[in-house]
Amino acid sequence: MISDETAIPNSQGDSVLNLRRLLCPLPVIRTQDKIKTLRPGDRLTVQCTDPGVMHDIPAWCRINGHQVLDARQTGDEYVIVIQVHA
Amino acid sequence: MNPPKKAVALISGGLDSMLAAKAVMEQGVHVEGINFFTGFCVEGHTHAIRKRDGDKPKRNNALWVAEQLGVKLHIIDIIEEYKQVLLNPKHGYGANLNPCLDCKIFMVNKAKQWILENGFDFIITGEVVGQRPMSQRKQLMPIVAAESGADDLLVRPLSAQNLPPTLPERMGWISREKLFDFSGRSRKPQMQLAANYGFTDYAQPAGGCCFLTDASYSQKLTDLWRFRGKRDYELDDIMLLKVGRHLRPRPHFKMIIAREDGESRFMSGYKSEFVSLNCASCRGPLVLIDGETSEEDLQLAAAILARYGQGREAETVEVTLRSRQGEERNITVKPLTPEQIPAEWFL
Ligand code: SF4
Repeated sequence: MISDETAIPNSQGDSVLNLRRLLCPLPVIRTQDKIKTLRPGDRLTVQCTDPGVMHDIPAWCRINGHQVLDARQTGDEYVIVIQVHA
Repeated sequence: MNPPKKAVALISGGLDSMLAAKAVMEQGVHVEGINFFTGFCVEGHTHAIRKRDGDKPKRNNALWVAEQLGVKLHIIDIIEEYKQVLLNPKHGYGANLNPCLDCKIFMVNKAKQWILENGFDFIITGEVVGQRPMSQRKQLMPIVAAESGADDLLVRPLSAQNLPPTLPERMGWISREKLFDFSGRSRKPQMQLAANYGFTDYAQPAGGCCFLTDASYSQKLTDLWRFRGKRDYELDDIMLLKVGRHLRPRPHFKMIIAREDGESRFMSGYKSEFVSLNCASCRGPLVLIDGETSEEDLQLAAAILARYGQGREAETVEVTLRSRQGEERNITVKPLTPEQIPAEWFL
């Protein structure tokens, strides 16, 4: 398998999910499954390489009530920061 | 007052499941969507990979439909479990490798498990009697309900009046009179209903919801099984079948030739798993080699690659061969002419 997704908490205790090289809808599915394990107010940062995530992850967050705090392209990567809804 | 009943709708991203969910929502039922990802879904992958599709909005239709309906969507990864459906379909295949009837049964069964785990009352699908030759014939629709275990908790709002009343109808949770009697292949009733609901933009999937309905994709998957000597696959296999030109110049190896930069970029993620080739003396596509190759095979593969690079008219082209470990060496080949590449090599 080429996927190398990992979830590592950063120093603030927020989670970071490495979804590089996964193609949509897998980054959405992995984000959804990770959020199920988080508490309201927690923050999750996802790191992706499929540009489709810039559309799909915010759409998934909107319909499920989570807040996208930041969505940014850095080089070939797309980083989205999500706050789990209260 | 009793709390509203809850239903989960199988949302494919197409119009029918969108209308079916809406028809039940209109009756005051709380609806959420569920979408299953088999790995073969047309959504996502190809437009993520290919630049050619770059003009199209990179939207996931199931998410988009959920947003239009204002419902939550649960996307479920069934890649592993789906193998048994595809590899051993009890009811066989459709025109290609699409096991539609078994697939429907499997998905409705998963939805049944989901409603039990999540405290929902019934299941909605967008099936229409007689719309598709394999899975939606009238005599087959009870098979989906029975073999999935959903029985009369499975409501098909678009064709409900052509089918026996389900539990939600008999219990008065929803009114049968407000459901529909669509049948056959005409799309007119659905388009009219979409207009009534104010839906102007919706996906119109041609043929089916996945690559398994595609003849050329099915042919490549059959070739993969024959070559491996067993009917099995991993997610990476099915993704790579979606990209590039596939040529099998010899029975023991296959070439995957990128058709454009987006595919080359995507395929370069697999360089540590395949021997790869690219043109060194001119621009040309990336090639992955699936199978074990001799020096003679690599010479042939390089000459084929040279035919697809910008040096195709040159006397010779320099090609870089890269092992899985990243060791590189260059060889010089004469590009093949189109006539030297027999049609049977193309998968
Ligand atoms: S087209 Fe594909 S996803 Fe749709 S029912 Fe058939 S096999 Fe299943």
